[in-house]
Amino acid sequence: MNFALAVASLWEREMKRFFRDRARVIGAIAPPVLFWFLIGSGLGPKVLQYYFSGTLVLIVLFTAVFATISIIDDRKEGFLQSVLVSPAPRLAVVMGKVLGAATVGFVEGLFFLVFARAVGFPAGLADYVWAVLVLALCALGLTGIGFCIAWSMESTQGFHAVMNLFLIPLWMLSGALFPASTAPVWLRWVMRINPVTYAVVGLQEALSPMRAGGGAAFASLSSCLIILAGFSAAILAFSAWLAGAGTAA
Amino acid sequence: MTAPAVALKAVGHAYPARKKSPAREALKNVSFDVAAGEIFGVLGPNGGGKSTLFKILSTALRPASGAAEVFGLDVLKEASAVRRRLGVVFQSPSLDAKLTVRENMEQQGRLYGVHGAELSKRVSEGLERYGLASRADDYAGALSGGQKRRVELAKSLLHRPDLILLDEPSTGLDPGARRDLWEHLKDLRAARSSTILLTTHYMDEAENCSRLILLDEGRLAAQGTPGALKAEIGGDVIAIGAEDPAALGARIKERFGVTPAQVDGVLRLERENGHSFIPQIVEAFPGLIRSVSLSKPTLEDVFMHRTGHRFWVKEEEAR
Repeated sequence: MNFALAVASLWEREMKRFFRDRARVIGAIAPPVLFWFLIGSGLGPKVLQYYFSGTLVLIVLFTAVFATISIIDDRKEGFLQSVLVSPAPRLAVVMGKVLGAATVGFVEGLFFLVFARAVGFPAGLADYVWAVLVLALCALGLTGIGFCIAWSMESTQGFHAVMNLFLIPLWMLSGALFPASTAPVWLRWVMRINPVTYAVVGLQEALSPMRAGGGAAFASLSSCLIILAGFSAAILAFSAWLAGAGTAA
Repeated sequence: MTAPAVALKAVGHAYPARKKSPAREALKNVSFDVAAGEIFGVLGPNGGGKSTLFKILSTALRPASGAAEVFGLDVLKEASAVRRRLGVVFQSPSLDAKLTVRENMEQQGRLYGVHGAELSKRVSEGLERYGLASRADDYAGALSGGQKRRVELAKSLLHRPDLILLDEPSTGLDPGARRDLWEHLKDLRAARSSTILLTTHYMDEAENCSRLILLDEGRLAAQGTPGALKAEIGGDVIAIGAEDPAALGARIKERFGVTPAQVDGVLRLERENGHSFIPQIVEAFPGLIRSVSLSKPTLEDVFMHRTGHRFWVKEEEAR
């Protein structure tokens, strides 16, 4: 009971902080959509369609991961300290933060997902349900990665460096820009162990199951979902462990 | 017999060496008890170990050695039971500037398991009691320093803790706000028989405590009631300024058989009936004495008596 109460309360805080800040709401969704529109317009409707899933994941990445940066500010401002000496279990503290940031990313992703039909995906209701599921797991997993990085960071500048050097390349090598089928063998291996790949491929599969695109041969929708779920659970567990180390249990 | 509110048993802590700073021993073998219902002060200069002690008691830091107990519960082994009974007010503000005052309080209450109608009721009561009702729906970031501190105090009390820990609660407050804070603390103690432990580097604040310890360089330099500590010095404190304090000190010893302590170039003597001793000294060494002062002992004198150095100098060195 107290566990759920703490999670819900911290989750609600993330919602309030995000949606009260209009610059963040727009700032997270506008750049990926702009990239998508410019690149797609230049290269034609086929690319606009291919690049759609990658854009969706990028929106989630920008929103969810940036939402976890707030941990660094929470620590600096002393808010985190007061949470950590409260009786709320560590896992609840982590889950409140991660679920909050993931929800924010997920909602921003949903805003973009409604355009899927406009760019000519033949997706029906059931396909959308699968796409939403992939989106949710993707938001959770990416937020988990963001949490683990932000937890031990002392400055937000450091986080931006990690974002550019680690997270953006992770996204680039996820099938968002080019399919695995055209990549050299060594890159294909990188793509295979990259969890973000399964989010991008999963979305491609869900939205256009008929199309035998680059993703189809790579992994099926169901295996994408299983891998994403497994990864999210693992990264959440790791986050909770990370948050528990160093202080009194 | 009930367990004391706080019991420290030979607690020591050292911070390991980092790139920029060598290892530092912050607490050395500190033991003391706080009885339920006390307003207990931890007085010491900055860098004396107050913050480390505070972190250990608030369960934010594992002590390297020794044991700390709160109402008989071990802060390490029974951390979550300890946390339920603690109300913690850190020195650094813990408010979320982007939430309103009321939201900040509700947030805190829920973390301690208070919710629903009971939470709303307690939040409203707290806002009322601490004169914050008119600011309830303003963002916490818009409040003044004194108001923020009141919110901190009000929110730490929502779950009705048995022991309230305050880290340097007066720092950054103007005299009026400090007076208010102390009124609130005394009310709390009277109305709810709460135990209060606070750290401070203000002597006058320590005087208000029912009992206190002096911390210096991580060591427990003294403990007792403010009255008992000062009585230990006995009589009056005479401070003598001189061109050559060492030489004057030697001559005082030779003539009167007492050895004055030399603290920062000033000779200090503790004596019964200081007023009658001063004329003797002044007449005995004409020309050698630049200034003489007589005072009743303060906690600062106790500190100097016990540690052999001044209170404030330490702070500058520590920075």
